Amino acid sequence: MTNEASLPKTFEASDWKLPSARKVALICLILTETGLFSIFVAGYVFYLGKSLTGPTPREVLDLPVLSTICLLSSSVTITLAERAFSRDRVGRFKMFWLLTIVLAAIFLASTAAEWRRLIYQKGLTISTNLFGTTFYSLVGLHASHVIVGMSLLLLVFIFSLRGFVTIMHRERLQMISWYWHFVDAVWVVVFTVVYVIGR
Amino acid sequence: MATQEIALPGLKQPGISSIDRLHGLVVTVDHKKLGLMYVGTAIGFLVVAGLMALAIRLQLAVPNNTFLEPDVFNRFFTMHGTSMVFLVGMALVSGFGNYLVPLMIGARDMAFPRLNAFGYWMYIFGGLLLYFSYLGAPGLAGHGSAPDVGWFAYAPLTGRAFSRGHSTDYWILSLLLTSVGSTVSAINVIATAVSLRCKGMTLMRMPLLVWLMIVVNFMILLALPALSAAQIMLLVDRYLGGHFFDTQAGGSAVVWQHFFWLFGHPEVYILIIPAFACVSEIVPVFSRKPIFGYPVMVGATVMIGLISTSVWAHHMFSVGMASVGNIFFAISTFTVAVPTGIKIFNWLGTMYGGRIRFDLPMLFCIAFLFQFLIAGLTGMMLGVAPFNWQLTDSYFVVAHFHYTLVGGFLFGIFAGIYYWYPKAVGRLLDRRLGLLHFWLFTIGFHVTFDTMHFPGLLGMPRRIFTYDAGRGWETLNLITSIGALLQAVAVLCLAINLVRSWKKGEEAGNDPWDAWTLEWATTSPPPEYNFASAPVVRSRRPLWDLKHPEDPDWKYE
Repeated sequence: MTNEASLPKTFEASDWKLPSARKVALICLILTETGLFSIFVAGYVFYLGKSLTGPTPREVLDLPVLSTICLLSSSVTITLAERAFSRDRVGRFKMFWLLTIVLAAIFLASTAAEWRRLIYQKGLTISTNLFGTTFYSLVGLHASHVIVGMSLLLLVFIFSLRGFVTIMHRERLQMISWYWHFVDAVWVVVFTVVYVIGR
Repeated sequence: MATQEIALPGLKQPGISSIDRLHGLVVTVDHKKLGLMYVGTAIGFLVVAGLMALAIRLQLAVPNNTFLEPDVFNRFFTMHGTSMVFLVGMALVSGFGNYLVPLMIGARDMAFPRLNAFGYWMYIFGGLLLYFSYLGAPGLAGHGSAPDVGWFAYAPLTGRAFSRGHSTDYWILSLLLTSVGSTVSAINVIATAVSLRCKGMTLMRMPLLVWLMIVVNFMILLALPALSAAQIMLLVDRYLGGHFFDTQAGGSAVVWQHFFWLFGHPEVYILIIPAFACVSEIVPVFSRKPIFGYPVMVGATVMIGLISTSVWAHHMFSVGMASVGNIFFAISTFTVAVPTGIKIFNWLGTMYGGRIRFDLPMLFCIAFLFQFLIAGLTGMMLGVAPFNWQLTDSYFVVAHFHYTLVGGFLFGIFAGIYYWYPKAVGRLLDRRLGLLHFWLFTIGFHVTFDTMHFPGLLGMPRRIFTYDAGRGWETLNLITSIGALLQAVAVLCLAINLVRSWKKGEEAGNDPWDAWTLEWATTSPPPEYNFASAPVVRSRRPLWDLKHPEDPDWKYE
């Protein structure tokens, strides 16, 4: 009696619904990534104005308007892509998905241009002073997340061109879009801290 | 009993060659095998790091000893601390979580089995990388060996100028790897516990162990990034010429301490809460009473998790914070005692009036209760900032945290090993050897760590490789070292017991302890799919309901 390998099925509630494991896991991932970024943001704020030598943020930083517009609007386009996907409008989905990738690429390109200008014209490298160290670390950490997100987007795009992406994958696409929204939200914080408050 | 003839899973079937078995371990995504691999690897590292501790104690047994060279001594205490925290403690957290959570919630596996395997392999390769530093760290420069900067690796000792060669880089990179492993394992356990519970298992019907594992893994998600971020900054400093912790360019060594302890203090709760989890499962079963104050236990654990994120700077009273900071961190430290005290009273409340069975798991739990109480009390003493100024970096601190981690964490885990070994292997651990292990370890523990408080009070600083005679520390240190030998013999008893009982132990049956949670409803060891049909529960003690249909729990919950 005590060693029954199964238990009696006398449960009344027929609708036993639990949240999707994928969503829970992605929320957890975002939580831990938030922790990581918080430390880098805290480091950036703590070291503001503590550099012993120039250049200072005010001297060299310009507002990255174009890249900010691109990245924020990519959040809109990925939502539109997702919506098109769930309504089974494949052409529209591919278009908006590709647009998201292009916007992300523009963001990365303008970051690259900014870094090139800072390094070659303004003489600010990661080892120049504390500002350089904290700036390249924080912005670089964010940019590396954009690269990861863009790789995921590209992967999905290539698969969808070959017709592998079906309605079965809806939740997976949704997860990529959640991650992408998170990367965008982090950029809002980085933008505010680095280019608005810290300048 | 007829039910014991149910086919045993792969590992036990005759005619499987050892190479196939090894292959099975490498490719497995089964949460039970991975859980056991975590625990087994952790015990391996426990033995290695324990031998280092033994060498340290031999060196300190008598004054002016030359058993260990000073730099070897530094490497040993660094490797000992780092291994015990990251390769033993964290792995046991993952191992127990992996093995038990799906079984206890009536699931067939973790939410992401392949991610689970990935986490394990990240962990073990991180650990091997750390030990590879003995060979690899000298590199082309010819300087350096294993890390020698202490487990908290304070800046600026870790800077390029002071830590030449690659020893610190091995410390950083191996811990980053194990952190990735711990993070994915934490995500996996949370997703499993939230999304894979069997029918009827509401949150407040989960076994306490599952609740505590959820809290612990959330803490891992919140605390580990602080360490990873600080380590990435340190890598930037060391390889790209950054200045995060470079005081000569305006950087700050204290910032490292803040970041490190922002991780480091939650970490000690991350280690102790799984021991709480084991005790919370074992004490009710061996007292023959349901756990006293289940909702309060859950609440207290969540409180510990929350408060633990705001106490970190009590490790830093001596760096010269403003008095507001000192007062805040002293008060928050005392606040932790409240939920912890609630837990201790609830365990006592569970035992009170119970029909206590003094089996091995329960013995370890009872010792745990006393020892953890004392550890908490010395913790309170160290939380008083002025007292802390006197004793910081002395052997009193070493005695305090070994009391929590050995007397608390390790005793809880030992209790868990004796309790769940029959489930995992199908055979009971030998009681005689187990009693020998218990008594030798408990006596050795007290001889070592009770005594160790006193050289600390007499002013003996930690991390010195030797000391002069005539300071009044000699006898105390000798007694401390003798206790360490007793503990080593005790762990040997456990190791022999684990190996011998694997094949020769007494058959356990499915439910040797007459317990109440779902893992005891399946065979021992459980089949790969855990449960033949998905279980359905109606109360916190589904097996009680099954065994006592005339008086089931769900009528009262």
